[in-house]
Amino acid sequence: MGYITDRKRAVGMGSAHSGTMHHWHMIVSSVALVGLVPLFVFTFGRAVGLPYDEAVAYYARPFPAIVAALTFLVGFIHFRNGVQTLIEDYVHGFARKALIIAMICLSYTAAAAGVFAVARIAL
Amino acid sequence: MADVNRGNRPLSPHLTIYRPQLTSITSILTRLTGNALLIGALLSVWWFVAAASGAESYARADAVITSWFGKLVMLGSIWALWYHSLAGIRHLIWDSGRMLEITQAEKLGWAVIVGSVLLTALTVAVL
Repeated sequence: MGYITDRKRAVGMGSAHSGTMHHWHMIVSSVALVGLVPLFVFTFGRAVGLPYDEAVAYYARPFPAIVAALTFLVGFIHFRNGVQTLIEDYVHGFARKALIIAMICLSYTAAAAGVFAVARIAL
Repeated sequence: MADVNRGNRPLSPHLTIYRPQLTSITSILTRLTGNALLIGALLSVWWFVAAASGAESYARADAVITSWFGKLVMLGSIWALWYHSLAGIRHLIWDSGRMLEITQAEKLGWAVIVGSVLLTALTVAVL
């Protein structure tokens, strides 16, 4: 018993048996976003409003492009997990399942669209 | 067994019964900002997809985002992003078992509120 870590002791507990991993994923993605968010705000903020040629040239550079792609990917996975908690708290029955599925699909679609668009501009 | 008293069990007291406190308000705002950020995030994705599609679609998306209403939405999103980020850091501190006393939690609450406003002002000044 003494050799088991705190997290390992919590894994599989609770009614859904998967809450520990959900919480862990939120921690990992939020730590990543603490770094990504300021980088994204101050790169994207500089590109918005530029003429087309300049905006495309700006995101053809590796640094802003990688920051944007990572922010969309990690951000929408973080949103997917966060909005699931919101729905589980306030929506019940069939609507709950339908909304969770819809939000998961929306999150991955938005992440894919964002990453694809950045890649298309950058390459 | 499976259908004994389903959906008619007593619920614990919820939001409506408590007096608003700094800790509850900042917690509600964390959830609100996090989920409302979907709008700003989708607008940003649209801007990138438009830029990847060509000059014409880019001009349309960029005009919407830089219009007065688009700017208002983006300003709100920037505040929400800073607020949610600082509130998230507060959660990371709590998750490590620190600052859980009420006086400390309230100090962190004010830090999140004041910090988010300052960071928003800084962002507007820099960009």
